[in-house]
Amino acid sequence: MQHEEYGGDSLVSQRKADIVVALIMAGIGGIVIMDSLRLGMGWSEYGPDSGYFPFYIGLAMVIASLGTIALTLLRRASSEGSFVERTQLRDVLKVLVPSVVFVVLIGVLGIYVSSMLFIGAFMRWLGRFPWLTVVIVSVCVPLALFLLFEIWFLVPLPKGPLEDFLGY
Amino acid sequence: MEALSSLIDGFGVLGDPANIMYMFIGITLGVLIGVLPGLGGANGVAILLPLTFSMSPTSAIIMLSCIYWGALFGGAITSILFNIPGEPWSVATTFDGYPMAQQGRAGEALTGAFTSSFFGAFVAVVILTFLAPLVADFALEFGPAELFAVQLLTFCSFVGMGKEPPFKTIAAMMLGFALAAVGQDPTTGELRMTYGWYELLRGFDFLIAVIGLFGIGEILLTMEEGLAFRGKTAKINPRIVLQTWAKLPRYWVTAVRGSIVGCWMGITPGGATPASFMSYGLAKRMSKNGANFGRGELEGVVAPETAAHAAGTSALLPMLTLGIPGSPTAAVLLGGLLIWGLQPGPLLFIEQPDFVWGLIASMYIGNIAGLIVVLTTVPLFAAILRIPFSIIAPVIVAICAIGAYTVNNAMLDISFMLVFGVVGYVFKKLNYPLAPLVLALVLGDMAEGNFRNAMILSDGSLSIFWSNGLVGGICALAIFMLFWPAISAGMRQFRGSQPRPAE
Repeated sequence: MQHEEYGGDSLVSQRKADIVVALIMAGIGGIVIMDSLRLGMGWSEYGPDSGYFPFYIGLAMVIASLGTIALTLLRRASSEGSFVERTQLRDVLKVLVPSVVFVVLIGVLGIYVSSMLFIGAFMRWLGRFPWLTVVIVSVCVPLALFLLFEIWFLVPLPKGPLEDFLGY
Repeated sequence: MEALSSLIDGFGVLGDPANIMYMFIGITLGVLIGVLPGLGGANGVAILLPLTFSMSPTSAIIMLSCIYWGALFGGAITSILFNIPGEPWSVATTFDGYPMAQQGRAGEALTGAFTSSFFGAFVAVVILTFLAPLVADFALEFGPAELFAVQLLTFCSFVGMGKEPPFKTIAAMMLGFALAAVGQDPTTGELRMTYGWYELLRGFDFLIAVIGLFGIGEILLTMEEGLAFRGKTAKINPRIVLQTWAKLPRYWVTAVRGSIVGCWMGITPGGATPASFMSYGLAKRMSKNGANFGRGELEGVVAPETAAHAAGTSALLPMLTLGIPGSPTAAVLLGGLLIWGLQPGPLLFIEQPDFVWGLIASMYIGNIAGLIVVLTTVPLFAAILRIPFSIIAPVIVAICAIGAYTVNNAMLDISFMLVFGVVGYVFKKLNYPLAPLVLALVLGDMAEGNFRNAMILSDGSLSIFWSNGLVGGICALAIFMLFWPAISAGMRQFRGSQPRPAE
């Protein structure tokens, strides 16, 4: 497969992305088939075995993905668009990376403190809001969530050292 | 008229003031969800579902279904004022709604949209009231083979009627089934596809998938488009409302046609989105103002809105009677029923009449309440849309994380949610449909169970699927749907017209 460049600063072409995703899907199908074979895809004393149904699911997944790959390869390359451009990817990562950090932080600091940091950092870094606005919003939102979940609906959410310190 | 007397009992359930309160809360939350990017009907309901576990199932479903109605109404606001469809089914509303707003007729467009939504939903509820008991009665006779055949038809319809490439639809659907199979096998108790990872014992919860695919995925897409909300102001007052109402009866043919298209597409799982496009296309072709469509024609707002709302409402018919949801949001509601210990399907009408008829009655009142709420609060919601995305985005991600956590009180689910978010983003960009994935994830265990039971009945012979006229007919229709893309492509080729480029 040759590389296609389409001016602009396209990072990945639609075609390449299509093939890679279809290969991943086929791979998942393969995993499903393998496990179904381990469990047995035949007939046991209780009727169909555990792998009976998933086996065909995996098979259909592999066949459909191969179909997608075949159609993609047959398609004329000249009509191809871009899957993601450099600026687009940067914008997406601007949300995705902080979100990953946020999720990791939830485990350490609890959901309220990490929400506060996440919303505050996001507003300051991407929105360039004045500090006062940042502080007001990033404190009020987790506080409102706390009241809603812990007090009103009595749904406990993950808490961290700060909540321990406050004795909650 | 047994249905009528049951319906009156249903209204009795609504006599409880708490239920009326939940209804208004639900509608308001729903409109909010419909307006905000990243929160839609399906994942909005998914996030709020855990909050309702402590309520009675009837109150809970009333609130959740009202969130759904609210979201259906809310999608129109962003389409008309901001040219941004808040929900996929309101894309067609932007074609004429936004030009109207540009001409300073936003109030007229909004009134038209809400009123036609209401009309579409009302037609669908009436149909549901009288058709649902009949379907449920009929479905009581169904054995596992028939149930599996209906499920097969549902999934094949996605292939035949979706606008996404068929291979991708199948792949997405099978991914849903595969994820549903992870964890303990409900029949034999064996562990499937956990590969020694003990957290996977529970399997993948579809609520997590919905929150990630639709919520986080949408935020990533919105971010990529570099969205800046620059909307038209909404001036809506009683005079505009009354003036528009005086105009609307002219478009009754379009409204009735839209409702019929919507009901049909909602009951067969075509969904609200294709219904709205189909209704818009039909109206454009058949109306004498057709040439003006796209330049701010009120009829162009009426057509998609009636269809979308009718489809959204009638999607609950197969969910209640057969246990097969017609849309992702209906799938989430079905998941809620299962969590509350209610098994959707024909028996629900016999065992839980209060619940079913309370829900159906709430659809009547809920849509009236919805119309009142949206007509009076549009400026407020339009103001919410002016909050910058750099505030909205992290707040929504945080709310999604909380929603994902509360489903099972599991930290790992929040990480899964992020992964599903990336999957949702990639799938959207590559034109893989998300609805069949979600439905397969919800129905996976049920479909597999029915298939196995059918196989046990027949000693492993597939012939049980054409052992009688009913099951054979449904299966034949399903196979026809599955191969419809190939058949229609072949027909086009045969007629000698330019074949569509392979997708």
